[in-house]
Amino acid sequence: MLSRTADHLFWMARYIERAENTARMLDVNVQTALLPRSAHTAEQGWRAVLGISELLQEFDDKYGLLTTKDVLDFMVRDPENPSSIASCLTQARENARAVRGTLTTEIWETHNATWLSMQEHLKSGMLEQNPSQFFDWVKHRSHLSRGVTLGTMLKDEAFHFVRLGTFLERADNTARILDVKFHGTAKNPHADPHVEEEEQFDFYYWAAILRSVSGFEIYRKVYRDVITPKRVAELLMLRADMPRSLLACLEEVVSTLCAVQNDVSGDTERYAGKLHAELKFNSIDEILADGLHDYLTQFLERIYELGNCISRDFLVPLAA
Amino acid sequence: MPPKIFDEMYEDADSVRSHYRSFATWLSEQSPETIARKRAESDLIFRRVGITFAVYGSDAGTERLIPFDIIPRIIPAAEWAQLEAGLEQRVKALNMFIHDIYHAQNIVKAGVIPAEQIFKNAQYRPEMQGISVVSDIYAHIAGIDIVRAGEGEFYVLEDNLRVPSGVSYMLENRKMMMRLFPELFSRNKIAPVEHYPDMLLDNLRSVAPLGISDPTVVVMTPGMYNSAYFEHAFLAQQMGVELVEGKDLFVDDNAVYMRTTRGPKRVDVIYRRIDDDFLDPLAFRSDSTLGVPGLLSVYREGRVTLANAIGTGVADDKSIYPFVPDMVRFYLSEEPILNNVPTWQCRKKEDLEYTLAHLPELVVKEVHGAGGYGMLVGPASTREEIESFRRRLLARPDGYIAQPTLALSACPTYVESGIAPRHIDLRPFVLSGKTISMVRGGLTRVALKEGSLVVNSSQGGGTKDTWVLEK
Repeated sequence: MLSRTADHLFWMARYIERAENTARMLDVNVQTALLPRSAHTAEQGWRAVLGISELLQEFDDKYGLLTTKDVLDFMVRDPENPSSIASCLTQARENARAVRGTLTTEIWETHNATWLSMQEHLKSGMLEQNPSQFFDWVKHRSHLSRGVTLGTMLKDEAFHFVRLGTFLERADNTARILDVKFHGTAKNPHADPHVEEEEQFDFYYWAAILRSVSGFEIYRKVYRDVITPKRVAELLMLRADMPRSLLACLEEVVSTLCAVQNDVSGDTERYAGKLHAELKFNSIDEILADGLHDYLTQFLERIYELGNCISRDFLVPLAA
Repeated sequence: MPPKIFDEMYEDADSVRSHYRSFATWLSEQSPETIARKRAESDLIFRRVGITFAVYGSDAGTERLIPFDIIPRIIPAAEWAQLEAGLEQRVKALNMFIHDIYHAQNIVKAGVIPAEQIFKNAQYRPEMQGISVVSDIYAHIAGIDIVRAGEGEFYVLEDNLRVPSGVSYMLENRKMMMRLFPELFSRNKIAPVEHYPDMLLDNLRSVAPLGISDPTVVVMTPGMYNSAYFEHAFLAQQMGVELVEGKDLFVDDNAVYMRTTRGPKRVDVIYRRIDDDFLDPLAFRSDSTLGVPGLLSVYREGRVTLANAIGTGVADDKSIYPFVPDMVRFYLSEEPILNNVPTWQCRKKEDLEYTLAHLPELVVKEVHGAGGYGMLVGPASTREEIESFRRRLLARPDGYIAQPTLALSACPTYVESGIAPRHIDLRPFVLSGKTISMVRGGLTRVALKEGSLVVNSSQGGGTKDTWVLEK
């Protein structure tokens, strides 16, 4: 198939997945903001969300002072922020529109309807009155678009590139959701007077993380024990049966790459395979010994590089 | 008193023409509610499928439906046979003309057409001089606009030899009619048109570069914001070929390739729906981001086929149009079967004088215009409009031609007040490759405004299904 067509399909899937995960990440923070914490800690939470999305600078330039309302505006509806949920849903729809002929009618209509009702919802004030309801809606539309893809699309090359986009984006996003906690905290945590307060809320924080990736019940089922950061990290990174874990995503990426392989994609397959094998044969203790944040930072860099490799081998390279 | 208008359906107030009789009987059996429901249904289906076109020069919300009218335009078998023979003859002569002017230029040497009419024409492409194209065919797809006037005789209004559009509406209109009124198709023997995409693909494959046995054909579009994007995507899908944009193609080692997920794939025939000017930024407009750098050089080497060829515009220009009957005589030694509309060429002193003296009766068109933009319909214009047009004409007389205002034939059409006659035209599509072929039918456009003679969709025209009856 045409590289441009594959490119549109890949990005269509990435953008809807990104919208979903941004909704998940924002929802965690809205939820934890309900806890009795100091304003400083709450602000730290939002700063971390912006930082992990690599948007802190843009936000500060635009708003200066940080308020919950401004962060939500920036991350949800701002058309100038390419990662805002509104931008992602619009991009998903534009990519779908460009390859309408390759998609089933249902897939196109799903993306088109999402985009149309998004505008309604943003006008209706749903975000301000009940942000969680809005985030739930975003998640549902993403579920729907994945479901309609699985349920109506021929399992051909086009399908594979949609799936590749979904799981590459999800691997990236899950890693970011996990890393939020570590982002932007001072180099020497003990120098920060708020650390103690933070620790009290650890349980709530990790529970919210679990809920944000639909993992709370799963955690209970798998571990039948109290929530500890170590086990949360293990669940979201190394469990092959946890659908949003890094390992599960990489498994999909590797098998999809195998299905679409071409003459020049050998290196990319090897790169993805190595990343997959490391997750598969690593233990959470080893990862924690080296530092979770460092590990995740490196993982994100490698996912980014893998995305570039896929673009170079199959799609429309970013530089071209 | 205005001239009597030829009505396609009625001979006079109470006598239906024989080829419309069966349809008229059926129509009289339908309740107004049925018709209203079917009309609403057709609107809904066209909108849902997204058969829309974009209108240039207006603001947001520019995606519009082309109104579809359910009363078909019916052509009897004998009339079509005459038309088909005429179309074949005309397109054959036009292709020979284009080949001639890019080679020996015999028609100029013989003094049939003045040299400056060709070589000073902006549509003449010196890059094509001496270049051979497969089977000497340039206009692989031609859309010839035909009207009926006076007592019912046919005239060619315009030859479209660059990137004629509208064929998707011909196909969708037929699909819609069969869906809404299947019983009509069992009552009448109507020539099918659904095989057009197969004929088109055959035709495109037949003009692949020499030595290519299994050619790869693509449709090339300027992109999804083009007014005819729906048609581009539709034809690619119907033919089962890739729909490419300029950025999907590249030139390497004197061949054209498309970028695919399995690596570069050689392309042999490009059905391009993009103007000459934008094809190759190295050769034509350097600011074009729609084209493929280096395409022209591969084309000139005969290693890729472009359909239509570069430089066909020199033959469908309104300043060349008056010479087409002479081309038929010159190349084929035959008398033209189809009439031309009498045309005054304002570049000539005496023609200009006549035109200026008769502006309120004439239709004046820009030589290079298309789509019904920038023209004057004398009888339908106010005095101010005529005077302002007169100034434009005087400033640049060689940019215009004038024709008598034809009393275009009319066909009964659903309008707000019920059924009323509205002016129509016809665009059949003629395919040229190893042979000349066409489906029996075409796109009938209808001017929905009362008295209007402008049928272009950009000017508020609609369309009808076109039935050619079998013998």
